[in-house]
Amino acid sequence: MQLDQFQSKQFGRRAAFVVGGKVALLSALVARMYYLQVLQSERYQTLAEDNRINLRLLPPPRGRILDRFGRPVALNRQNYRVVIVPEDAGELSATLERLAKVVPLADAERRRVLRDAERNRPFVPITVRENLSWEEFSRVEVNMPDLAGVRTEVGRIRDYPCGPSFAHIVGYVAAASDKELDGDPLLELPDFRIGKAGAEKVYDLALRGSVGTSQVEVNARGRVIRELARDEGEPGKDVPLSIDFGLQQYLTQRIANERSAAAVLMDPHSGEVLAMASTPSFEPNEFNEGLSAARWQALTSDPLSPLTNKVIGGQYPPGSTFKVAVALAALESGATTPNTKFNCPGYLELGDTRFHCWKPQGHGLLDMHGGIKNSCDVYFYETARRTGVDRIAEMACRLGMGAVTGIDLTGERPGLIPTRAWKKATLGQAWTQGETLVTGIGQGFVLATPLQLVLMLSRVVNGGKAAVPRIVRKPPEGGLIQASFAEGEPPPSLGIADASLQVLLSGMNAVVNDGGTAHGARIAQPGMEMGGKSGTSQVRRITVAEREHKKRGPEDRPWRERDNALFIAYAPVSAPRYACAVVIEHAGSGGSIAAAPIARDLLIEAQTRDPLSGRPSEPPAGRGKREVPS
Amino acid sequence: MASLGHIRGEVRMSLAEKLWQVNWSLVLLVALVCGIGFAMLYSAANGSWDPWASRQMVRFGVGLVLMLGAALVDIRHWMRLAYPIYFVALVLLGAVDVVGADAMGAQRWLDLKVIQLQPSEIMKVALVLALARYFHGVGPEQFGRITVVFIPLLLVVAPVFLVLKQPDLGTAIMLLASGGALFFLAGVRLWKFAAVLVAGLAAVPLAWHFLHGYQKARILTFFDPERDPLGTGYHILQSKIALGSGGILGKGFLEGTQSHLNFLPEKATDFIFTMLAEEFGIIGGLALLSLYALLIVYGIAVALRARSQFGRLLAMGITVTFFLYVFVNIAMVMGLIPVVGVPLPLVSYGGTAMLSILFAFGLVIGVYVHRDVRIGRRGVESGL
Repeated sequence: MQLDQFQSKQFGRRAAFVVGGKVALLSALVARMYYLQVLQSERYQTLAEDNRINLRLLPPPRGRILDRFGRPVALNRQNYRVVIVPEDAGELSATLERLAKVVPLADAERRRVLRDAERNRPFVPITVRENLSWEEFSRVEVNMPDLAGVRTEVGRIRDYPCGPSFAHIVGYVAAASDKELDGDPLLELPDFRIGKAGAEKVYDLALRGSVGTSQVEVNARGRVIRELARDEGEPGKDVPLSIDFGLQQYLTQRIANERSAAAVLMDPHSGEVLAMASTPSFEPNEFNEGLSAARWQALTSDPLSPLTNKVIGGQYPPGSTFKVAVALAALESGATTPNTKFNCPGYLELGDTRFHCWKPQGHGLLDMHGGIKNSCDVYFYETARRTGVDRIAEMACRLGMGAVTGIDLTGERPGLIPTRAWKKATLGQAWTQGETLVTGIGQGFVLATPLQLVLMLSRVVNGGKAAVPRIVRKPPEGGLIQASFAEGEPPPSLGIADASLQVLLSGMNAVVNDGGTAHGARIAQPGMEMGGKSGTSQVRRITVAEREHKKRGPEDRPWRERDNALFIAYAPVSAPRYACAVVIEHAGSGGSIAAAPIARDLLIEAQTRDPLSGRPSEPPAGRGKREVPS
Repeated sequence: MASLGHIRGEVRMSLAEKLWQVNWSLVLLVALVCGIGFAMLYSAANGSWDPWASRQMVRFGVGLVLMLGAALVDIRHWMRLAYPIYFVALVLLGAVDVVGADAMGAQRWLDLKVIQLQPSEIMKVALVLALARYFHGVGPEQFGRITVVFIPLLLVVAPVFLVLKQPDLGTAIMLLASGGALFFLAGVRLWKFAAVLVAGLAAVPLAWHFLHGYQKARILTFFDPERDPLGTGYHILQSKIALGSGGILGKGFLEGTQSHLNFLPEKATDFIFTMLAEEFGIIGGLALLSLYALLIVYGIAVALRARSQFGRLLAMGITVTFFLYVFVNIAMVMGLIPVVGVPLPLVSYGGTAMLSILFAFGLVIGVYVHRDVRIGRRGVESGL
């Protein structure tokens, strides 16, 4: 018990110390509380009043899109606008009412702001009006004290200096739709635009950059007191295209008079597209400022489909241009040789059907060179019959048809290369030999885009290499469509015999330079000569009655039913460096008349400017003086 | 009450007698503080039982049963279980280091699928139990020898080391402080404290070297809040603005602008006192502080009335730990000490802390219920 008492007493003494300590510390707490909540209360109340720390997102400037020599074709310009922050605005509709007295506001705009306020988080500013004039902008500034939650901003807006000329390549940007919102607050920002088509869409992530933030202390009215921290984010990267600015402008103007046409120029060795135009086009700048519903309706319902890039999205029967693939299929499969001769009496009879040549009086006895040069239909009926549709299809696919080429653009369509199996599967019918014959001249089921045609030609003139088309010189990271080509490496071989390719090259040379179908469009300048192949594809079957009455002239038929004119060409014939395809919808005349002159002018222009030599071509100044054959 | 059957210093009571002995006013006081906690958690969620208040109430229900259970078990059982409990807590602490879940850059939780366990909270009770058990067996004559403090020093240093590795500076300091308090209460000579203090000060540069960057930042920011206006300094500034603007009467329940506009960080856990003081003013703050003081006074009274050294040290140790929780948390949110991440006991949202504290109060009540139980120097063998 003595021990117990000792322990108890000692514990008591020491516990008293501990208790004393606790009392002292508790007193300190109470004193501090008194200091903060009583003595300093007023000061802290003011601070709480002023206390609004906002995190603001700084949208990164969107990267520019440049041509192959660094000339901008999509950039950013300043945009004065007025925005409203719902959480600071109090009664939103009342504030809008007051704002409407300062700058005019349409009812639709007010409704949109109210709708956006529902959709977005309350601290995300909503654009009320964009592209204000300087005077309107200043008026809002002056009236700011009466407009809680209203702010003026100088933002950036996308600018396409070339307008419609590059519209199909560069595409356009617009605010993200509800579907595209993925929780990234950046997409909810009023001036934030994302790529919706073309290179803007394919390379959107690279162009977008990463978001910056700014922590600002603002008072209850929303006025910034000071900035606490700032993270600039990362501006979007520039994307250099393979397109040559001057050639693109030239090509756009060259086909501008056509009602509906598409043309493309490509480096056959690398697959780089140098120019690509589709008529009619549209004004991409309209999309930045917000397209009205009526305008959008007009664009989408236009029968000439201005929003479609017909180079990649237009599918046409290739007509006689397809004979390139048919000839190669025959040679490579061994079905015929270059020396195989067929007689053309102007038609070929199969069963009780007569398959006509484009030349009613016939070509007489021809070998393959002659067949290509004269584009003799009978020669290719016979060639196709011997080769068979499946082997033709196999070669056509090797040359890049029948599937999307994989170009880094949106809206590419696959075309169609028929086979026996395809017909069985889709139509449930057996293939007929007559269909093989019309496939041999690129009619019937066959469909190809102008891009596929220029790709086919490129793969023939580049020595049988599997070039893949693209519109950038160096693919930036984060592209939507993965580049299927390795940087700096030549494309792999397609395994086509050089001798076969030579037959095609000499044939296509003769088409233009040796009295062939496109002799009228030859290039006279020495060293610049082009080779090519014309094509005229029927949109509608010619009836027996029409054939007999020789009613085949364009003037006899409505525009929609007239033939399409096609031409594929390359230059110079000695060592091909440029390849192009031109398609004129419903031209009424054949490819050699309507399309070949455009191909010729384009190839002259390309060889004169010669962007592949690495020098930027002259600015398009003296163009007016150049004589443009009609 | 002393007439309740003394047989060789041993008290045997029926369950009914024990229940009668339970200090129900203490239970009521605990429930009252927890009730304030529910209200504040309701407010922290902007007037919603989800996600905090409802869950905290369930935990309180479980904890209440745990508390009464702990109170009714004979304290000699707890004395016998003291080392095993300590050992389990130590193993759990070690496990956090290996398989713990990350939260805000620190590993403090064990994910047991059903519940998230925070072993450092368990250790705060387990350490008191183990030290009380150890010092119970040390007679006054032994305190002259220096060797006598080696084992208890080890008992303190091991969990402190593990907690520092997590890293959790606040809990490490709390463990050191409550351990030190037990040393002092048990009768360790004062010069030894002086020696430890000197050694500790000498170790400061070394310890600094081992501190994590964010811990250094917190300490530096404490001395100079302008260093980091967006980090911990910002938290403290916002907390002070909330407290100060609360004034005498406060802004009213659910009306705290600082809390509800999200200027206040961690308002359901570490900064919950700030919200209380913002919404109920200094009146509310002092009211809660008084309730805490009452709980502590009860604990001290229980400790002084216990007739066993184990009981005294246990009750007093728990009271000191509890006091440290309260002090460190409130001093932190008022900017008196650095932000160290210690919850406000019974009020802050957090399951393990809630259950640990309720269990600890169960032990205090148990000491009161068994206040007349005498336990021999060598411990439980003589009794049961």
